[in-house]
Amino acid sequence: MSGASATPGRGRLALPPAMIAAPLVVIALMLGRHWLFLPEDLVLLIGAALLFAFGGFVLGRLVGLPDRWIVIAVPMLWLVVFFLVPFFVLGRISLAETMIARPPYSPLWERGDDGGIEIIASLENYRFLLSDALYVNAYLSSLKIAAISTLFALLIGYPIAYYIARSPEPRRSILLLLVILPFWTSFLLRVYAWIGFLRRDGVINNLLTWAGIIDEPLVMMQTDFAVYIGIVYTYLPFMILPLYANLVKLDGALLEAASDLGASPVTTFLTVTLPLSVPGIVAGSMLVFIPAIGEYVIPALLGGPDTLMIGRTLWDEFFSARDWPVASAVAIVMLVLVVLPIMWLQSVQNRQEAQE
Amino acid sequence: MRRGWFLPLFATLGFGFLYAPIVSLIVFSFNESRLVTVWGGFSTRWYGELISDGQLLEAAWVSLKIATISASLAVVIGTLAAFVLTRFGKFHGKLMLTGMVTAPLVMPEVIIGLSLLLLFVAMEGMLGWPAGRGMTTVIIAHSTFCAAYVAVIAQSRLRDMDESLEEAARDLGAGPVRVFFDITLPVIAPALVSGWLLAFTLSLDDLVIASFVSGPGASTLPMVIFSKVRLGVSPDVNALATIIIGIVALAVTVAGVLLMRQSKRAR
Repeated sequence: MSGASATPGRGRLALPPAMIAAPLVVIALMLGRHWLFLPEDLVLLIGAALLFAFGGFVLGRLVGLPDRWIVIAVPMLWLVVFFLVPFFVLGRISLAETMIARPPYSPLWERGDDGGIEIIASLENYRFLLSDALYVNAYLSSLKIAAISTLFALLIGYPIAYYIARSPEPRRSILLLLVILPFWTSFLLRVYAWIGFLRRDGVINNLLTWAGIIDEPLVMMQTDFAVYIGIVYTYLPFMILPLYANLVKLDGALLEAASDLGASPVTTFLTVTLPLSVPGIVAGSMLVFIPAIGEYVIPALLGGPDTLMIGRTLWDEFFSARDWPVASAVAIVMLVLVVLPIMWLQSVQNRQEAQE
Repeated sequence: MRRGWFLPLFATLGFGFLYAPIVSLIVFSFNESRLVTVWGGFSTRWYGELISDGQLLEAAWVSLKIATISASLAVVIGTLAAFVLTRFGKFHGKLMLTGMVTAPLVMPEVIIGLSLLLLFVAMEGMLGWPAGRGMTTVIIAHSTFCAAYVAVIAQSRLRDMDESLEEAARDLGAGPVRVFFDITLPVIAPALVSGWLLAFTLSLDDLVIASFVSGPGASTLPMVIFSKVRLGVSPDVNALATIIIGIVALAVTVAGVLLMRQSKRAR
């Protein structure tokens, strides 16, 4: 190894140019802040992060630590503070009492008479969740709506993915682009588009009335039906893309062999194509099912007042009832019952794939 | 193999399902009538009203700023995390970092939003910062959850990349930092560009997290659209949607054509 020639003529404090650039970025941001209309504390936060990286780097070199510790520390610290710690705060507040105060919950700790810190916690909010059928129903109903929507997305998405995978170029690329395109446009606006379609005087009712199929307009808005349509519609690309990626790798020789041996197209599909595409089906279904469970926007815009979904219940508990502790308890239960099993399932899946 | 009629018919219906609402959104943005679903003649008046709607323009400007800064921060954090996870072998806390990078992908937005808001409120009570909520808190929230998406993209690129390039540079005497900036970064740059674009879109599109962690004076575009749409359909939202769809369609088409040309040349 040519370790000596790596840093010719420089001491062990020799800093790479990127590290010297960091303080310059802070100075530039401070000067350009008013021109860019950036909030002051944001610039300070970025400055602090860069200073931490810069200082840690210099300190590490002086103390003789390997450079890598600061490279690990920067993303680690950011994610711990802004991703991990919030869950502990969430858990703590789910054990607090609702109070008319700012913020609207009992203090997280209090000074006891002997000067020590007293922490008062109660499981009252969780007991409340269990005692009120609304919350249990909301959990069950979210699971049901997400599962049925996933099934329909699969039934609609599979033939489309198969068709794209079997199309010759350049049609294949164009169709693929057409599937991805809606994903890049606003999710909110795509849900909004369905309001114009499903309303009492909307496009579908107008067309059906005009064609003489119905006399009375159908009631579609503010029903569970509208929620199913909304979820299937917005998450369909997430189903099609993994299915396509799987089906496009399917070896055509296998299909030919099956049909040469006398299998009908249906038999070929059921015994060759379908079993081979199971990984694509699983991947696509997860991508639809997971976000659908916690969905707020679709039930809020398309669903009726009796469309129960847990994301919406949490939202209403927080914004309408202003009951932060109960909202936190709903979130914690959701985390334990929904998110942790999914993460566990995914890690098992990853391990299996790694073994193969 | 005999081509059946089922697949083409079904695919046509499927694409019709994907595009019919978008087409009707565009058509009715040029409608004279205030009733969004009754045709009252061609007009561009809603585009005029859109341009004179100060609240919407302000929100669009706020959203663009938030999305640009959040995407850039997310690329830095996500790339560092991905690099650490793929190149540093085993270290203390690796499992925790892996968890923190994959969890946001499966975490419901309402939970991310609520937990971060509670953190900001608790921090304000203890440290006095952040004083109230606004653009800064939205940027922190967006860059944190977008970093996970960037990390996933960057990680897969770092795994696929030929590590012998980095080894060669090291053998020739380059230090680890130099190897990163001169070899690794240029190789994974395309992945980071798509990561930035994804983070930008996610941030621009987010309603739920922003609603939790935003404060007065920092309403994002989805927040303003949502409050409008909640009261019913309004034609100026159609006009806005048409503009957004136009920009996206143009960008995606250009990118698609460029990619196709590139792959043709490669062949």
